[in-house]
Amino acid sequence: MSAFLQLLRRELRLALRHGGDTLAVLLFFVLTAALFPLAIGPEPQLLGRLGGGAIWVCALLAALLPLDRMFGADFEDGSLDQLLLSGAPAAVMALAKAVAHWMTTGLPLLLIAAPVAIMLRLPPAELAPLLLGLLPGTAALSLIGTTGAALVIGARRGGVLLPLLVLPLATPVLIFGAAAVGAVNAGLSARPDLLLLCALLALALPLCPLAAGAAARAAAAE
Amino acid sequence: MLELRDIAAFRGERLVFEAISFRLDAGEALVLTGANGSGKTTLLRLLAGFVPPAAGDVLWQGAEALGDLPALGRRTSFLGHQDAVKSGLTMAENLSLGAARGGDGQRAALETMALADLADLPARFLSAGQKRRLAIARLVLQRRPLWLLDEPTTALDAASVVALGVVVEQHRAAGGIVVAATHLDLPLASPRSLRLGE
Repeated sequence: MSAFLQLLRRELRLALRHGGDTLAVLLFFVLTAALFPLAIGPEPQLLGRLGGGAIWVCALLAALLPLDRMFGADFEDGSLDQLLLSGAPAAVMALAKAVAHWMTTGLPLLLIAAPVAIMLRLPPAELAPLLLGLLPGTAALSLIGTTGAALVIGARRGGVLLPLLVLPLATPVLIFGAAAVGAVNAGLSARPDLLLLCALLALALPLCPLAAGAAARAAAAE
Repeated sequence: MLELRDIAAFRGERLVFEAISFRLDAGEALVLTGANGSGKTTLLRLLAGFVPPAAGDVLWQGAEALGDLPALGRRTSFLGHQDAVKSGLTMAENLSLGAARGGDGQRAALETMALADLADLPARFLSAGQKRRLAIARLVLQRRPLWLLDEPTTALDAASVVALGVVVEQHRAAGGIVVAATHLDLPLASPRSLRLGE
């Protein structure tokens, strides 16, 4: 546990020093969401209908942005070797990276999603299922993204490969997240979809760090 | 005590070395030499648990060493080709990333490599040699029994090579073991040597 906290502290400290990265992710999220009214017109009914799904797609894409550097920076400057020798299992190191990614990407996205939803004229009743879905959803995305980031360590075009790898794996999160918003729109309960999102998170929580840790070890063996 | 028995390793498809055996007791140092590509780095990375051996056993205090990688990490300090220095952080912050200990130990570690005056300087302003010295200071701070040094003298000036020798000798005097790959002679007292690629 203390090893995990030490690794998490390290990641957050580095993220804090490069605070512009988090800001860039947020601006990317807001800007891509702002493209929708420009592209499909400002008609409130139509925007409100599309808003939930649009926010989910934007959040998914924004969460991808910092993944490239998650292991890439440590691999290039030799820090990955030091992390693997930190005395904690590689999976714990990967979990710390995933948690740090969520705290610096998922959590800020969650906080800014409400104003963006209002901008997209999302009906007020759908705001709660959107945010409640984003909470486990962004966490699952961080875990899946960490696995993808670990798999492309040292790859020549890792930045291009990464979305191709992560986006298909992230589709269940997108489907159930958007479905929770859609269910309320159709007058149904969002509960089943939200529970399924939580189930996805419960599945990703043990599996993704294990896979990411093994991938990081494999990269160090090259 | 570190013991290797009939170790062989692949680098990609190629068998870089085989039948490597040696035994190092507390306080001993082994200098690896050999041409480029003879497997010095591969052997060091194998001892650090990064590269699995193709054959043979690595023993630490008589017990299998590569089975429990987290435990191996806790007793091993590795100085690789790269210095693992984060350019956005100061020297002192870089050291505190790698170790739980801070404060006095950190200052002392920086002083051994004559870096104490630069402690609050962001690492992006450091020269290659200064970054190397910072990486060596990290070894001192970590206080782990096994040091694996891959070309530790890279980018170091003459005075820093002497300082490195002093640091390594102190580590040995405290019962530590050192395995170093180098082209340059390290200022060490009676090191053992192993030539790879023959």
